Amino acid sequence: MKLVRTSGLIIFLLSFGLFLGLFFMSEYKLTEEIFASKVKPNHQELLKPEMSKMFDKSYSLSIPFVNQINAAVDNVNGQLRAEQKWNDIIWDDYSGSLTKASAGGLIVDSTWLLFVLVFIGGTIGALMFILPQVQLAGPAGIKHNGIFFNALNNRGWVGISAGTLLVVFYILIYFYDAYMMNWIILVEPLKKLINPAGESSQWFLYGFLYTFAVVVMGIRMLVKYRHSKYQMVRTASVMFFQLAFAFLIPEILVRLNQPYFDFKNMWPLDYDFFDAWHIDMLTKSGGIGIFMFAWGITLFVVGVPTFVFFFGKRWYCSWVCGCGGLAETAGDPFRQLSDKSTEAWQIERFLIHGVFVFGVIMTGLVLYNFFGGDFGFSLNKWIIVSVVVATAVGLSLWHMKKYPDMGSKKVMTVAGSIAGFVVLAVVFSEVSVFKKYIPVDGSNFNFYSYDVRTVYGFMIGSLFSGVIGTGFYPFMGNRVWCRFGCPLAAYLGFVQRFKSKFRITTNGGQCISCGNCSTYCEMGIDVRWYAQRGQNIVRSSCVGCGVCSAVCPRGVLNLENGDESTRFTDPILIGNDSIKVTE
Amino acid sequence: MDHIVIIGNGIAGITTARQIRKHSDHKITVISGETEHFFSRTALMYIYMGHMKYENTKPYEDWFWTKNKIDLKKAWVKKVNYSNKTLEFEGGESMQYDKLVLATGSKSNKFGWPGQDLEGVRGLYSYQDLEYMEKHSKDIDRAVVVGGGLIGVEMAEMFHSRNIPVTFLVRETNFWNNILPEEESKLINRHLFEHHIDLRLATELKEIVSDENGRVKSIITGTGEEIACQFVGLTPGVSPNVDFLKESELNIERGIVVNEYLETNIPDVYAAGDCAQVAEPLSHRRAIEAVWYVGRMMGEALGKTLSGQKTAYKPGIWFNSAKFFDIEYQTYGLVGNKLQDNEGQFYWEAEDGKKCVKIVFDQASKKVIGVNTFGIRMRHEVWDKWLKEGKTLNHVIANLDEANFDPEFFKRYDPEIQKAYNGQFPDEQVSVRSRSLLERIFS
Repeated sequence: MKLVRTSGLIIFLLSFGLFLGLFFMSEYKLTEEIFASKVKPNHQELLKPEMSKMFDKSYSLSIPFVNQINAAVDNVNGQLRAEQKWNDIIWDDYSGSLTKASAGGLIVDSTWLLFVLVFIGGTIGALMFILPQVQLAGPAGIKHNGIFFNALNNRGWVGISAGTLLVVFYILIYFYDAYMMNWIILVEPLKKLINPAGESSQWFLYGFLYTFAVVVMGIRMLVKYRHSKYQMVRTASVMFFQLAFAFLIPEILVRLNQPYFDFKNMWPLDYDFFDAWHIDMLTKSGGIGIFMFAWGITLFVVGVPTFVFFFGKRWYCSWVCGCGGLAETAGDPFRQLSDKSTEAWQIERFLIHGVFVFGVIMTGLVLYNFFGGDFGFSLNKWIIVSVVVATAVGLSLWHMKKYPDMGSKKVMTVAGSIAGFVVLAVVFSEVSVFKKYIPVDGSNFNFYSYDVRTVYGFMIGSLFSGVIGTGFYPFMGNRVWCRFGCPLAAYLGFVQRFKSKFRITTNGGQCISCGNCSTYCEMGIDVRWYAQRGQNIVRSSCVGCGVCSAVCPRGVLNLENGDESTRFTDPILIGNDSIKVTE
Repeated sequence: MDHIVIIGNGIAGITTARQIRKHSDHKITVISGETEHFFSRTALMYIYMGHMKYENTKPYEDWFWTKNKIDLKKAWVKKVNYSNKTLEFEGGESMQYDKLVLATGSKSNKFGWPGQDLEGVRGLYSYQDLEYMEKHSKDIDRAVVVGGGLIGVEMAEMFHSRNIPVTFLVRETNFWNNILPEEESKLINRHLFEHHIDLRLATELKEIVSDENGRVKSIITGTGEEIACQFVGLTPGVSPNVDFLKESELNIERGIVVNEYLETNIPDVYAAGDCAQVAEPLSHRRAIEAVWYVGRMMGEALGKTLSGQKTAYKPGIWFNSAKFFDIEYQTYGLVGNKLQDNEGQFYWEAEDGKKCVKIVFDQASKKVIGVNTFGIRMRHEVWDKWLKEGKTLNHVIANLDEANFDPEFFKRYDPEIQKAYNGQFPDEQVSVRSRSLLERIFS
């Protein structure tokens, strides 16, 4: 059995290594035919002088190839700007389509074979590693032995490498998708299987890898928590919703010429729901599109309050949601890394509610725009920089003064990092990646309604939820996004805090303050603080994963739905008749 | 404003300090040589097992103490001078107090075994014990644990978590049989075997054998068998840690003798927690109860007294809990290892042999006296109420689902238990019922 497990790990690592290696295993050759077939006729004339230099030249790596294409477009646009030919400027992104068409070699010739080696091989390896645990790890029960000695689980070299890889992967997906063309091509056969007319993209690749991770690591979760039916049912639920609702159904809808739609996603997490293009797409797709539009609105207007009232926000966050699904499966090995300090909780409330407000304002502006209004203002970029820096410094000073014992290091770090990033983005707004997302013209910010949406998409949608939200799993735990950023979690949390039957109850006086509950709370709730004083845990951030209850060695914690009047009661510890112990 | 000095930063000392701070402005100093900050002693095992780091076992953040003006001093007290109210520290310093709380906890028992002070032989109580264990159990082939109680089984689990084979010597015929009735003891025996613990029942330690460097190399059992090992965990219980207080006017028997207000025989000197021995314990309690909950409850009462509201320590219905590898245990009320003459019992065990419920009752009145539950969580509040109100066995069995504290979706054993009850007590039928899933979801 041990041998099976070791072999499984080796097979998995080989598959994973092959996947990473595929980034380099290909060649790209742009030909005149490809150029002619992929570039719009009116652009061909403009781009040909620049791009013909690349014709029939072979590149062994995607990066210089893509850079050269982008440089060609940039040069042409620079020229056009200089000549003030604003209408001719090329906005199309040709890097993806040209790179894909120009790719050749191993990845194109043996796509299926490689797909099988990477994903089927990877699955077999992973399962060989996971399943023997049923026997090897001993009788069913909590399996946390050695977690804090493990280089993956405790920010050791494996964890740091994994986190770095994830961050790089997310940056590629969001901003440099053409670089990872080999991987996009790798999943093309699957895409064609689901929808023969479709084309693989970085989003299909992402969706597939995401689902793959949720399902395989979901199996791991089922094995690990086979003694807890709550955990098994919940894990099966997130696996199902990711596989069916997030991955397969939208793809099948597209094959049936219907709009791409994830029936379980909702505003404000789904921040482009009210984008003009999205509303148009749905409302122009006949009855089913209208239904989808109505469904999407009903879900957050009626669904959220109703279900949160009966079950707490867990019905979504740890049973249905895709982000939650990844966190609860692939993220499970990192749950103990979330910060439990009061200071982290203060930062959390500030950030998540900040994002919520930002999201609501952004959506308001987008809708205002949709209904024909526009709204704009200009601000000198140095004013923005000053305001951001002053806010960061001000908040840090305020915190130091208000909580002199805490040290305020974390507040300073977070405020400093965010301010630092905004300053960088503004100062270098003319430079490559920022140019697309930061609406600075000369030294002025020009904010029109839709620009707010662009900034939100860049700062929140890409950087926060993706790069940091998932990339930082191995550093800050598996719920970085859900805890600090998700506007839907904030909304669900309001309802959970103020109008719900859900609470975690503590069992009389049985708590021994051991700390397992707090340590394994992925949301960084200091569960023990409540348990040891005998107080119901009613926290807006609690996603109801139930792990605190599972790891408690004394049977103290239980997730319950009950009468609202018994929710906020005085903390009480039973067993001492000397005094009524209300803290 | 008095200067209240507390020796010991465990649950008893810290609870006292927190309660004093809550209700008064006295100056508070908590002294400990063990660690700078309060940590959960019961969680020491999880540090060794890699479930948590030391930091995770601290119930309060470090700034909590400055914010609440509870001064911490890391030092060992050498001597207490009661006449001029002064503490002397190892290292020569001293400190004045107005009121003194002794919350010095326990120390591991040693019964004079040959070789008990060899290198690689140690009990488990303090943070230093944990460090010692960590240092001396690297790359060893086998550990022997002596003493079949709660700390013994914890130590066995600790070694097991690091794939160190464990031989577990238990003097009783079944695990923890001096506390648990036979059925429950046997249930845990089986579970230990299931985890491949080399459990030796009815086996005593005769001698610990040294190698040439003064380090343990084996032990010899009462039957003369020699077992090679490189670490010996001595866990035959604990006793009050009061050696440094002896030979003074302080009245010490096994522990520091206190009255119901936790006052010692010396004015302005109090004791709480493991080290305290209650002079006249209530009928359902013992004089020394070295458990977390008692330390906490004594601290709650004493803290109030020291804040100016004189409060007697009156513990309620006994309760306790533990976890043996994967099997959780809770108890409410009094269940002895043997039935008293007036007692009867109801026992149910699940088919897998890993869950059971035992309820002891008074045969004449049929009122319940106590419950042991293994593998099923029960509500403290409900049992406390049943026991206080003297509910009958029949009432308890009929309403068992009220007491269930297992997570949602877990199998409910109430119907099975009720059927078993109807079988064992043909004259006392209860109706067997289980709530539907919907009923439970929307309860």
